[in-house]
Amino acid sequence: MFEEIGTTTEGDLIINVGPQHPATHGVLHLVITLNGETIKKVEPHLGYIHRSIEKMCESLTYRQFIYVTSRMDYLSAHINNQACALVVEKGMQIEVPERAKVIRVLMAELTRIASHELWWGAMAMDIGAFTPFFHAFRERETINDIMEETCGARLTMNYMVPGGVMQELHSDFQKKVKEFIKLFKLKIHEYEELLTGNIIFQNRMKAVGILSKADAISFGCTGPVARGSGVSCDIRKIYPYDAYDKVQFDEVIETAGDSLARYMVRLKELHQSISIIEQLIDNIPEGDFQAKTKAVLKLPKGEFYQRVETARGEFGVYIVSEGGTTPHRIKFRSPGFSNLSALDHMARGSKLGDLVAMMGTLDLVIPDIDR
Amino acid sequence: MTEQKQNTKPFPGQIEEIPGGGIVLSKLDDIINWARSNSLWPLTFATSCCGIEMMATASAKYDFSRFGFEVARASPRQADVIIIAGTIVNKMGPVLKRLYDQMADPKYVIAMGACAISGGPFFYNTYSVVKGADHIIPVDVYVAGCPPRPEALLHALISLQQKIKAGLTREQIKTTNE
Amino acid sequence: MMNEALKTRITELLATATFDETGEWLNISIDSTQWLTFAQQLRNDDNLLFDYLFCLTCIDNKTNLTMVYHLTSTKYRHNIVIRSSLNTDNPEIESVASIWKTANFHEREVYELFGVNFLNHPDLRLLILPDGWEGKYPLRKNFEDPVNMIKL
Repeated sequence: MFEEIGTTTEGDLIINVGPQHPATHGVLHLVITLNGETIKKVEPHLGYIHRSIEKMCESLTYRQFIYVTSRMDYLSAHINNQACALVVEKGMQIEVPERAKVIRVLMAELTRIASHELWWGAMAMDIGAFTPFFHAFRERETINDIMEETCGARLTMNYMVPGGVMQELHSDFQKKVKEFIKLFKLKIHEYEELLTGNIIFQNRMKAVGILSKADAISFGCTGPVARGSGVSCDIRKIYPYDAYDKVQFDEVIETAGDSLARYMVRLKELHQSISIIEQLIDNIPEGDFQAKTKAVLKLPKGEFYQRVETARGEFGVYIVSEGGTTPHRIKFRSPGFSNLSALDHMARGSKLGDLVAMMGTLDLVIPDIDR
Repeated sequence: MTEQKQNTKPFPGQIEEIPGGGIVLSKLDDIINWARSNSLWPLTFATSCCGIEMMATASAKYDFSRFGFEVARASPRQADVIIIAGTIVNKMGPVLKRLYDQMADPKYVIAMGACAISGGPFFYNTYSVVKGADHIIPVDVYVAGCPPRPEALLHALISLQQKIKAGLTREQIKTTNE
Repeated sequence: MMNEALKTRITELLATATFDETGEWLNISIDSTQWLTFAQQLRNDDNLLFDYLFCLTCIDNKTNLTMVYHLTSTKYRHNIVIRSSLNTDNPEIESVASIWKTANFHEREVYELFGVNFLNHPDLRLLILPDGWEGKYPLRKNFEDPVNMIKL
């Protein structure tokens, strides 16, 4: 498990980064072969948080397995739950009321903003700028308070259920979200002044970790990693679900393929999320928040696949059902697994200090990769 | 533990005012425990979701640096307390043991969240989860929650400080509570 | 392209493929020995252009193992599902890591969890499981582990 630290006969040095390391955002173990300070090969060793979720879900019912997906990619917990609820609704042909669809989209976009905030703060801290971390968490706390009033929890909220959402919105929800949006628009301006225009930051990110468009498609990258290289792959636009076909927003694409492009994609996505929330917050339709479903859910025999766009990329749930109350096989297609396989290709030939900037822009959450 | 005589005075010992200053009369053990408990440095060890709540406790709204946990060291040789935030799996067990062994005495352990206490939501039907971090290293304080709120983690840190100020070793606590 | 046009084009490339249209996308069942050439044709053909493999997994039915590949095209936006049945005693199939680079990690994962041997894979070894778990294949239905697994 642990490579010997030493030199090989050609003069190469093999070092370990992690599994316990402040910059790896979880437990990722990288074995890096160096020649001086130039990287020759990066090999990820995974499995330090492999909790055997797919085996465990084979003995959970269709209402129970949703809580486990909140803990896989915990920064976009609502969106993962949305994928599971959608796949069960697709299999059982349940019709979701309009109010529930709009509430789901609002919660998903708030989660996307919170996830990008934490990414921004943590990435800046890895590069060496400590101040953005505190600014980012300040806004994230506001979103967490809004979520806590309605859903009951700050991080792993199990709010989406097959049929709609679990309970009604809190009466202060609309007021607080509108206040948050007004405040947040000023704060985005502050973020751009603080970090984006900084000459040191730009020198660390420009032309670092270049991923070409053909490579991004071949490695299976999705989300901001692929959109930073010019691939158009936003699931909300191509295969819309819930209320995404009723809102207007742009898909953000940059063509440079380096770390700065991936950074700019995420910052611009923050603007798009704000615009989606503004379009919907005053027009939540009246009605039920949950469709009537049977107490015990049974999916018919067959296979079902549902994909959603999380903050990291395309998350897919693939269920093979034999007709019972528990699934025969569940596979979670996680975005981080494919994004990580591009790291070796991006890092060859660059310096060790640039590796941290690349890992930061890939936005990896390791429990999502190991499942 | 709560029946122990707590140190409610800000500084352990008797202070006598004399012209020109004061004299402090105390036991050396009490002063050392007071100094240790107010300056515990945590190790940055976060495996999964509880790590985000630990980061939130470190940030501006629920600041834990006002209790002395200001400097979070990355190296286990320089840390005093390890907050196990997240699930421990079979592959990570030896890594945790090696980190704990590298820390210098006196060292303390806080098990944060349901996964570190007993395996949590991953208790049944998993082949790779260690059902509780106390199978590997001895734990001082357990914090319940999935994930626990930042205030719960602060309460755990304050309880750890009171435990240190009371001054008992681990063997003495076991025999007094039986 | 719609399902009918896909079916005619695929039958031109591989005559022994069978189709199943009960699901959301077109399911194509092929024989495991013809997978590599068929995959190259799917990738390079001008009308199909399946350049994006987004899910690679394996299902353990009691009698056999079934490999499932989900493919889509970034240009035409059509999706298909390829299935291939393997023998439980000696499951082997060609690796497609040379065509779609994402298959490298996915195939390593299927190898360690189900025991499928991928021929000509550049680097086939354990990815997620710890050392010493070769040969155990935890996701198969007949996996028993009384030490670690506590049943409800």
